[in-house]
Amino acid sequence: MPTVRFTQNIQRHVACPTREVAGETIRDVLDGYFRLHAQARGYVLDDQGRLRQHMAIFIDGSQIRDRDDLSDRVPPDAVVDLVQALSGG
Amino acid sequence: MSTRCHVATRKGLFTLNRGASAWSISRANFLGDNCTLVMHDPRSGELIAALNHGHFGVKMHRSRVGGATWNEIATPQYPEKPADYVPKVNPAEGKPADWSLKLVWSLAPGGGDEPGVLWCGTLPGGLFRSEDGGNSWALNRSLWDDPQREEWFGGGADHPGIHSVCVDPRDSRHVTVGVSCGGVWSTRDAGSTWRLTGRGMRAEFMPPERQFEPNVQDPHLVAQSPANPDVLWVQHHNGIFKSTDAAASWSEITNVKPSAFGFPVAAHPGDADTAWFVPAVKDEKRYPMDGRVVVNRTRDGGKSFETLTRGLPQEHAYDLVFRHALDVDETGDRLMFGSTTGSLWVSEDAGDSWQTVSSNLPPIYAVRFEKVS
Repeated sequence: MPTVRFTQNIQRHVACPTREVAGETIRDVLDGYFRLHAQARGYVLDDQGRLRQHMAIFIDGSQIRDRDDLSDRVPPDAVVDLVQALSGG
Repeated sequence: MSTRCHVATRKGLFTLNRGASAWSISRANFLGDNCTLVMHDPRSGELIAALNHGHFGVKMHRSRVGGATWNEIATPQYPEKPADYVPKVNPAEGKPADWSLKLVWSLAPGGGDEPGVLWCGTLPGGLFRSEDGGNSWALNRSLWDDPQREEWFGGGADHPGIHSVCVDPRDSRHVTVGVSCGGVWSTRDAGSTWRLTGRGMRAEFMPPERQFEPNVQDPHLVAQSPANPDVLWVQHHNGIFKSTDAAASWSEITNVKPSAFGFPVAAHPGDADTAWFVPAVKDEKRYPMDGRVVVNRTRDGGKSFETLTRGLPQEHAYDLVFRHALDVDETGDRLMFGSTTGSLWVSEDAGDSWQTVSSNLPPIYAVRFEKVS
């Protein structure tokens, strides 16, 4: 099952513990995570469910390509990192 | 007379109290975070703060204990676009409006007869209403779905936005909002239907044949007179305008020195002929005329203005005052305003003289007294 980890920078706003969440696409994985931690959703995704402009997601170290529909595939044992982009800082 | 004031800044929210002889900062909340707006609700005593975390988006917090503790509450959220929605390209932006919250630009309590009702104006142009003190928000679809809304465009910001919400103290269903750029709109039925009400406003920045179109106007702030709510003042992008018929029509006031340009305006709570403005070099420069910070006051309905300077810096001061950064208390005697360079001044004699409260705050976005209802 993929492991989802969050940047430390988000933790002072909303608790986002590391968790294992099932899912075949990054959308599935995030939906699963936000079912457990609903408040985190608005910190990561915008009103239309897209990745926020200045956030970044890496799957096993590679940045996702589909920031709007979040269709990138997630291998079963992948590590997913959600971090702040260097832009917007 | 108000003895407490809240100041929203680029690096947090500051609370000021009037001590025995002076105002001083008594508390800092959200230190380090971008606090773009604060609202005090005189009906409940609650405070609402809007934060813009940049990477993590816009968030709202509420305090029910005078700012001692805060809890995150719901943030206004734009709905998903309908499947059959055909976006209209905004000619000013070259693309359709993004249905996604960019900034909370105005917060206003509903009327005294509708506890829990709050209004929230945002970029990119959505007006939201809460009926439960901010636990949930709903986009006003009537205004958002108006075809003229899709023609709104950004002024200084990249997106159009609603910065002013004025609830008529005589009738809570009568609400007037100001849009940059999109003129002044009003509803008489609590938001079910809206009317564009900018007749008489002039937009110098448009081609001559379009300068009087109501939907292209750039009011920087709309202030409604509590004493006579049919009177509204607008600090506009290219001047000062006044309405005496509840925003149906506007007249331009041109005899304003040192400048008719600026962002804020405050209406006297008990005298419809009195209002305060903070002038600046117009338009693309935006700093005080000759490096002198001044406040303009009219006491005769805009026929004449006094330029108030006592206690304000009169040389090499380059403080710009944003639209929400001037406020007047419920008596009309106490005023406070803050600047982009972190200066904060207070007056306790209706602007005749000013004292410096701080010269070292972060850039100031909003100043709000706790008004005694």
